[in-house]
Amino acid sequence: MKLTNTDKRYGWTSIGLHWLIAIGLIGLFTLGLWMVDLSFYSPWYHDAPAIHKSVGVLLVGFMVLRLIWRWSNPIPQEVSGQVPFLNWVAHSVHILFYVLVLALGVSGYLISTAEGHGIEVFNWFTLPAVGLKIEEQADTAGEIHFWLAWTLIGFATIHALAALKHHFINKDKTLKRMLTPRD
Amino acid sequence: MKPFNRLSPFILAAGLMLFSSLGWSAPVKYQIDTKGMHASINFKIQHLGYSWLTGRFDKFDGNFTYDKEKVSNSQVNVTIDTKSVNTNHAERDKHLRSDDFLDVNKFPTATFVSSSIKKTADNTLNIKGNLTLHGVTKAIEIQAQKIGEGKDPWGGYRAGFSGTTLIKLADYGITYNLGPASANVYFQLNLEGVRQ
Repeated sequence: MKLTNTDKRYGWTSIGLHWLIAIGLIGLFTLGLWMVDLSFYSPWYHDAPAIHKSVGVLLVGFMVLRLIWRWSNPIPQEVSGQVPFLNWVAHSVHILFYVLVLALGVSGYLISTAEGHGIEVFNWFTLPAVGLKIEEQADTAGEIHFWLAWTLIGFATIHALAALKHHFINKDKTLKRMLTPRD
Repeated sequence: MKPFNRLSPFILAAGLMLFSSLGWSAPVKYQIDTKGMHASINFKIQHLGYSWLTGRFDKFDGNFTYDKEKVSNSQVNVTIDTKSVNTNHAERDKHLRSDDFLDVNKFPTATFVSSSIKKTADNTLNIKGNLTLHGVTKAIEIQAQKIGEGKDPWGGYRAGFSGTTLIKLADYGITYNLGPASANVYFQLNLEGVRQ
């Protein structure tokens, strides 16, 4: 089990966090779009938002772990034979993902805590409200949360297509090394 | 007739004195005390038919005139900021502001303007008027009670009323299905006015 990164390879920790967060974000996006239109009589009317908030809080926690891991581990070098500009673009999009996920977390938190009540994370703990009182907080944070989510999914689509292009057209290791640390 | 003629200036003078001493009882204008917030606009609606959910509008304004000698000369105007709906639950309030309910971006205010006020008993009033909510104007009746009036300790003069009314949400084009027990909303207003 290779948990840490090397100059050439991602370790299992980076790989695991990448896919956990990827699946989590797609799930949250789908759940989020679906839950806002549930009718009052849907059995999911209360559960869907509760799950969305709980998973969201945990996912932001994993994202913070991932950032710490990234800063405390070597970052594998780019796959050789790439245009420097495209490497720069890919790198920038990665940074953007970190920013978007954290901003999604903050904006979501500001919706639910707008009236001073904390967020219950499953039946595990309550994330307390910080007591910010911004004018029209819940509505503004809601709008921002919505557009950030679409932006994230847009870039994630490009990110996934680029990975597939590397795998099938360039036939390099870019996608493979995010699946396993082995050669 | 002579004695009467001789007395008439005195009667007139006495009448004038009486009239001027009663001058304060002509319609008096009051501003609803939203600065000191001795006023509230509360509502309640049933939750599934099992309990009452209460809420209020935090921001509103208005004024009234009150003529205690001739109550029918009285009048009341209230303007509510619909964005200020508050049921002590951030996500529910966000939902109430959305186009499923109040649609506050399209209809930022609700207003009540009285058209006739009748005294029904000592200290009770029947107030008829138009409520504009969600862009729909409909006649409603408010059963009101005068709580009291008099000088305050700070050099002002105040009068306060309390009233209740019932509206059917569907009458105002709010048709989100909350169930059969939750078709109506009860409003309760407590308005204290400061004499202008």
